[in-house]
Amino acid sequence: MIMNSQRPRRSLRALAGGTVMVLSLTAVIAQADPIAFTGGRVMPVTADPVDNGVLIIDDGEIIAVGSADDVRIPRGAEVIDVSGQVIVPGFVDTHSHIGEPAGGDRSSPIQPEARVLDSLNVRDAGFRRALAGGLTTVHIMSGSGHLMSGQSIYVKLREGNDVTAIAYRKADGSVDGGMKMANGTNPRRDPPFPGTRAKSAALVRQKFIAAQEYMAKVAAAEDDASKMPDRDLGMEALVEVLNGERIVHHHTHRHDDVMTVLRLQEEFGFRVVLHHVSEAHRVANEIAAANVPVSLILIDSPGGKLEAQYTDLKSAPALEQAGAKVSFHTDDYISDSRLYMRQAGLGVRAGMSPEFALRALTLAGAEMLDLDDRIGSLEPGKDADFVILSGDPTSVYTRVQETWVEGQKRFDIDDPDDRAVAEGGFGVLQPSVLTDFHGYGEGH
Amino acid sequence: MNVCNKIPSTLILFIATTAAFAQDIAVRGERIYTAAGAVIENGVVIVRDGKIAAVGSSGEVSVPDGIDVLDAAVVTPGLIDAHTVVGMVGYLSQAGDQDYLERSAAIQPDLRAIDAYNAREPLVKWLRDFGITTIHSGHGPGETVSGQTLIAKTRGDTIADAVMEPAAMVAATIGEGAVMSGDGGRNTPGTRAKVAAMLRAELLNAQSYAEKTAAAEDDDEKEPPPRDLRMDVLAGVISGEMPLLVTANRHNDIMTALRIAEEFNINMILDGAAEAYLLLDEIKAAGVSVIVHPAMARASGERENLSFTTAAKLIEAGIPTAFQSGYEGYVPKTRVVLYEAAITLAHGVSFDQALAAITIDAAKILGIDDRVGSIEVGKDGDLALYDGDPFEYTSHAIGTIIDGVHVSATVK
Repeated sequence: MIMNSQRPRRSLRALAGGTVMVLSLTAVIAQADPIAFTGGRVMPVTADPVDNGVLIIDDGEIIAVGSADDVRIPRGAEVIDVSGQVIVPGFVDTHSHIGEPAGGDRSSPIQPEARVLDSLNVRDAGFRRALAGGLTTVHIMSGSGHLMSGQSIYVKLREGNDVTAIAYRKADGSVDGGMKMANGTNPRRDPPFPGTRAKSAALVRQKFIAAQEYMAKVAAAEDDASKMPDRDLGMEALVEVLNGERIVHHHTHRHDDVMTVLRLQEEFGFRVVLHHVSEAHRVANEIAAANVPVSLILIDSPGGKLEAQYTDLKSAPALEQAGAKVSFHTDDYISDSRLYMRQAGLGVRAGMSPEFALRALTLAGAEMLDLDDRIGSLEPGKDADFVILSGDPTSVYTRVQETWVEGQKRFDIDDPDDRAVAEGGFGVLQPSVLTDFHGYGEGH
Repeated sequence: MNVCNKIPSTLILFIATTAAFAQDIAVRGERIYTAAGAVIENGVVIVRDGKIAAVGSSGEVSVPDGIDVLDAAVVTPGLIDAHTVVGMVGYLSQAGDQDYLERSAAIQPDLRAIDAYNAREPLVKWLRDFGITTIHSGHGPGETVSGQTLIAKTRGDTIADAVMEPAAMVAATIGEGAVMSGDGGRNTPGTRAKVAAMLRAELLNAQSYAEKTAAAEDDDEKEPPPRDLRMDVLAGVISGEMPLLVTANRHNDIMTALRIAEEFNINMILDGAAEAYLLLDEIKAAGVSVIVHPAMARASGERENLSFTTAAKLIEAGIPTAFQSGYEGYVPKTRVVLYEAAITLAHGVSFDQALAAITIDAAKILGIDDRVGSIEVGKDGDLALYDGDPFEYTSHAIGTIIDGVHVSATVK
């Protein structure tokens, strides 16, 4: 129930073979010499912003960050002057549908065995749009037309020819991701899907009880293969959920639906991030008291569907004031990844502090994905994921100038092809499938 | 554009009655953007009997004793959303109140927006609280001819209180929206060529109807054609009295629209126009105005090639351009034209151009610039108040005045 006490301890040194291999492959194509970015305003998130700051990266990692007075630039380093510009950590979008993610089909409302990994198209233009928006890490998931639509995936927007090349890895080398769940209006349809909220909760509860029993059988077998239950891919994923190794990412909007998630979370002890949470402003204290984080999206107007009737920008300051952890997401296609920064601006408009809003674009999301040991802030030892902005992240006049991932420049506004992606135009966003989960069928 | 004979006399009475309740009010602004000249530093606007009575610097215009006074960092004309469906659709997307589009036939110009518009729809207030005082709403894109539009103020409890133009334009669609609107059967087009053919045929019918009507008026021996509500409206399009608002996004569809405008000498306004940047010369030569798609519209379907810079290119080319909130079927249920304009500022549009595209330029395209769109003496007392740069995310709308009535004090 308490996120931090439950999270498995992990560090770069503890990473096992699979991940290390991926990292070293990246290192091969990373820059040979350190690069120092000087003259700009550096906003590390974990420290106060520094004017005339310095950020130094080497081999895909941050090696130093601070004021020009304090940070020594290594001999041989390439120096890039970013005077007048602002450097912030690479943005972490905690809820996106770029790359045509698909989870469970129409056969049942609960399909923990379905993996977004097996559906992702890394050539989708959505990934390039994301880079143009300053995103460096994206949590990609299936839609909310199911109570449990399957396993989501955390991806790093490095160059990659296949989803396995951009997937974050866990310590054991397996692909890192969460479990997408939803309640409220979107999963409701004809049987075998639920027709009411109570039925939705009952189906989920029954499934988790089955997973508890499966987990108990596995434990009782004590590695004796003859005593193990038959392998069940869905159950295996749910055991990860019950163990706290796989975080539930739960679509929920209405205040009572939020409370239902909190009850289920307490009952079964899984770790959960609440997503969207239109009515967070009504249950901010309850959310904070449960120590459950919120992945929030701020929307231009209320409605569009019943459960979004009371959506309000004031959820952002309400959660901050209640002491809850908040990240922002695009829900791309709902909002375009290129406009991700807008979330922070709207949050501040409603009364969120600018510091908290920047954290919500970066470190808070990293924490919700258990990736904050590697990303989310500008600190030595973390991945060299950062964004160079023309101004403050909360201003509508600010544009992303460059996006760097693991020390590689992945977006450059001065590159005509990249600029075309940032602005749009004839044929530049092809191939592109904006995953359109309209209405009840596959709603968000 | 104003089809006066369609306004019932009771409506005019209502408007007159409402105006009588207008307060006299003074607004002091650190910066007043009039959309009719240079910014006024430390200015004052005086509204009397619902109309702007004076505007100028505090040195030129004094605030009368006893008048209500509001203060703001920035004052602009009441904003205009040049195309929306707010008021025509229930904001919770329930099946029974999505009245922006009738699917029973491809061409239904007889559908009047005024028979569906809900002045109390919550999104009307939502827009009003941002300083949006006038909206061009009505039947949306999606059928070859989906129906009429109207222009309303974002206040009043009934359409009679709110309406400025009960029949503003006829809404048409050329492109996938129209092609996919029906089943491809007898009365609905299944291809682009069929959309154009059906539209042409109906305009020809209207031409004939108008000619026969005129002939009967000139000659007592001749019988006028039987009264046909659809033809009545399209005859207005043929005469040029009623603009045809054509939603077309792909370049080939825009060209089809321009061809039809020329063929029938129609007063056409382009809507959407996602690929307009390919056809700046053609659009300009045609003398057509553009109500460009929302800047943050999704790059999908017919709008897959849209660009954040299209607005800047249209304005730079000297094509009359206005901004809109458009139509949304899901979340967000409506966009906010102020937010949409703001996005263009980071993509080549200047502050003054963006403001004009949601005030005076929109008013001109809608044919209502004699009443709204700028802060000038004699115009309607419609003002929007902000605590900073209206386009900046971190500023707030802090007050809205319509016809001299302080209709919103919400901080938004």
